[in-house]
Amino acid sequence: MKFGVLVFPGSNCDHDTYNVISELAKQPVTLLWHDSSDLENCDAILVPGGFAYGDYLRTGAIARFSPVMQSVKKFADAGGPVLGICNGFQILCESGLLPGALMRNAGLKYICKQVYLRSETLDSPFTNQLTRGEVLKVPIGHMEGNYFCDDETLKTLQRNDRIAFRYATPEGEITPQANPNGSLDNIAGILSEGRNVLGMMPHPDRSSEQMLGSADGFKIFQSLVGTLAAAGR
Amino acid sequence: MKAHVYVTLKRTVLDPQGQAIHNALKKMQYAEIEDIRQGKYFVLTLGDSLDAVAAKNEVERIAREVLTNPVIEEFTFHLEDGE
Repeated sequence: MKFGVLVFPGSNCDHDTYNVISELAKQPVTLLWHDSSDLENCDAILVPGGFAYGDYLRTGAIARFSPVMQSVKKFADAGGPVLGICNGFQILCESGLLPGALMRNAGLKYICKQVYLRSETLDSPFTNQLTRGEVLKVPIGHMEGNYFCDDETLKTLQRNDRIAFRYATPEGEITPQANPNGSLDNIAGILSEGRNVLGMMPHPDRSSEQMLGSADGFKIFQSLVGTLAAAGR
Repeated sequence: MKAHVYVTLKRTVLDPQGQAIHNALKKMQYAEIEDIRQGKYFVLTLGDSLDAVAAKNEVERIAREVLTNPVIEEFTFHLEDGE
């Protein structure tokens, strides 16, 4: 199997994400420059955090039109797994690979802290090694993480089990106090209709080894590695 | 020709920045201001080859596809003739 980490001008978690795959998951991984439409036969695409194109216009708005994203859209439409973290989630929403949008945090402040996520579904390549309701300690670091969509979209996400993670208390309770940024329904991460695209604001790349305060995020990468291995990749 | 495009959050979307400005104005005794919505403003300079109808279509398309995120934002625009 081979992982590809996208690199835009302004990406800053590309090497963190690369490091998780190469040093912790010990799998082949390559960096993919935004200006090329060649995905180099990667089996999974990781869209890292940062500030692609300086977040000019809107977060993810310019990245959406880059050559590499046209290929990622085709890859995702064909069922290929795509994980977008933080700015990566914003890019996937702008690109239409995931519904909704990420607005400025309700408190208008940049928030950087550890949060707790409740795992809401095991039915995806990214979550199949979690247990239902499992609480993960994963950090956030964002200004625009306030998930928003219209009522109909929210109902569709709920009905089809497409909410992957919700902000929760350390005990796994979904409360307004546990919601750091005003996200609708405490949503921290969602899946595409085909379940092969996951976008999440919290950073599993920054919580994949105990030295960083938590290794809980690594389970998401492990799930993806396990899924690809099971598919003979 | 120039096009002036104004982008704001939809009415149904909470605008915390607009609210914060509004609250500040209320504290400053501007009691007659009922609401504020903050937005973005773009000026596009168009080439001479476009007539008014083509310009309108082009600007509308750019506003819809690039300058706004239709999930949360809406836009208005007007064209300005002459130098």
